[in-house]
Amino acid sequence: MMTVSLIVFLIVALITLGSALMVVIARNLVHSALWLVLTLFGVAILFGLLQAGFLAVVQVVIYIGAISILIIFAIMLTRRIASDTGPRFNENWGWALGISLMMFAALVWVIVSWPGFHVQAQPLDARFEPVVELGKALVSPNGYVLPFELASVLLLAALIGAIVIAWERKPEGR
Amino acid sequence: MTDPINLIAEWLRGLLAGWGLSSGLVIFIMTLLGVVVTAAFVLLMDVFLVWVERKVVARFQDRLGPNRLGPFGLIQPLADVIKLLIKEDITPIGADRVVYNIAPILALATVLVLWSVIPLSPTVLGADINVGVLFIVAAGAIGTLGIIMAGWASNNKYALIGAFRMVAEIVAYEVPMVIALMVPVILARSMSIGEIVQRQTIWYIVLAPVAALVFLITAIAELGRAPFDLSEAESEIVAGFHIEYTGMKFGMFYAGELLHALTMGALFASFFLGGWRGPFAEQVPILGVFYLFLKAFFIYWVIMWVKYSLPRIRIDHLMEFSWKFLTPLILAVVMITALLDKLLGEPGTLIYTLGMLVANLIVVWITLTLLRTYFRLERKRVGEERPVAAPDLTPAARIERTS
Amino acid sequence: MIPLSYYLIFAAGLFSIGLFGVLARKNAIAILIGIELMLNAVNVNLVAFWRYRTPGMIAGQVFTVIVLAVAAAEVAVGLALFISIYRRRDTIAADQIDLMKW
Repeated sequence: MMTVSLIVFLIVALITLGSALMVVIARNLVHSALWLVLTLFGVAILFGLLQAGFLAVVQVVIYIGAISILIIFAIMLTRRIASDTGPRFNENWGWALGISLMMFAALVWVIVSWPGFHVQAQPLDARFEPVVELGKALVSPNGYVLPFELASVLLLAALIGAIVIAWERKPEGR
Repeated sequence: MTDPINLIAEWLRGLLAGWGLSSGLVIFIMTLLGVVVTAAFVLLMDVFLVWVERKVVARFQDRLGPNRLGPFGLIQPLADVIKLLIKEDITPIGADRVVYNIAPILALATVLVLWSVIPLSPTVLGADINVGVLFIVAAGAIGTLGIIMAGWASNNKYALIGAFRMVAEIVAYEVPMVIALMVPVILARSMSIGEIVQRQTIWYIVLAPVAALVFLITAIAELGRAPFDLSEAESEIVAGFHIEYTGMKFGMFYAGELLHALTMGALFASFFLGGWRGPFAEQVPILGVFYLFLKAFFIYWVIMWVKYSLPRIRIDHLMEFSWKFLTPLILAVVMITALLDKLLGEPGTLIYTLGMLVANLIVVWITLTLLRTYFRLERKRVGEERPVAAPDLTPAARIERTS
Repeated sequence: MIPLSYYLIFAAGLFSIGLFGVLARKNAIAILIGIELMLNAVNVNLVAFWRYRTPGMIAGQVFTVIVLAVAAAEVAVGLALFISIYRRRDTIAADQIDLMKW
């Protein structure tokens, strides 16, 4: 049975997978990053289809607004290799292709063979507000306050670490 | 007859259902129509904005502005549009053709989608999504991407530098902006913009003046307007990221910028000035649209006022202003707001309002005191006598230098 | 309606593409992009399992949020490292960053 959501899912999934493939095989790194943006956007739409609207928007804000822009910045700062003329794959790419295909085949085999994966979604409880529940879960002591705080500490550490690593030390005496 | 928009929508819905279309198709057609009508209305407004901008800047600079075509020069923007349309469309050699052409579309489209979550009146609201506030931030993020794409694809140094500056600026100012938006979210207990407007029996600019001011400043920075217009600083990098664009592609950047300013006005109005709220707006919903645009144009005028009064600031000052001043300030305000919200009980009471207002005023006073102390020390440091650098002329030093 | 397995197959595809990128690309930034693809596949899985198996519990979404935070931290530090390496070695091709000490 083809419903509207199924059609939307198929189109979005195909575009997303196609652009993911372009991310990996594009020769120009900036193109690679731009295809990545399209992939991330497709994943955000899938989150929307899964009725996780908050995550869909957060995906766009964090992944497209922060991570992709950071990646594009880094590519442009290391500009000489952005338009790399050499081969874009290393000499082991055949092995990589084989491993990836085997991985994919194994996963698909597992997914197809177990009937528990073919369930349909139950409609969400009308009173269930994912955003409210998520907010409560993230800060309540019975919920996930410890992982949440750990993630905050990790972000702070990453912030300081990134600054320290990328700091351009001026040579002495100048 | 007080709500003509919904009346027409109902009539159309009945008409379509009468033709025997399925209900899903009717909803689809109605949504599509809504999108087209809203986008067309906003874009027509955009043409009008060109005239408003020119007239207002003329007033600020003691000129007349466009006054030849039509009454008060009202037909001038149409002439501008025709001029843009018939200009030669140039794609520079070495440009990345596809990315180059997508960038202006992204720049305008991300502004247009913002109108889908702004409540125009109590009954007219595109999409009442429960994460509306974050949606605005997300649209802004994609707009940034449009700029960086334009800068990179033009294959031009000035364009790239302009895009770099713009992105650095937007990323720096997005942080205080998102945190400032948290204040109305805390006050309204909802991230849906329709809900935020609905709860504003007292305008939030009274409850959270500091957050409102920070949001206005960061909005101007996000627009890339003076005094934050480093991305298109004419005297340094000619025109910034859109240097290579001609004709209607440039027109789309220009239209996007003007419309973005008005959209920011509408958002500011929705968050802090009560959106469509006003006398009789609940009874006569069409008045809500009028009130919203009145407030939006007022903020737009304030933005223009700032733009044509202040000189451009230096890029390091720009960064320092965001990271060292706005971000700590607004973080403190958010913490105080959340704390007071717990302490003062139900919103809407007099004590709640007064408590919030007084807390904000105290924050302003403390900030001003700190700034005054800092600049007094800074002036003392700059003004004090310092030893003048003089070459060491002893023979030993000379030998050491030459060796 | 869409069965759960469609989402899982999609995620498996995304993960495998990301894995190929990580294993085969030369440029370090491209490898980082591949890792991002893999993390996104994980996120899709987490949200899909939340929606189909335990819609009443929010754990799946919480995990996704934490994965997002980890991804952001990883990209920030990773790119800082690459820029630092680029300054010293003038390359970020992963197979040329092969000296322990320079």
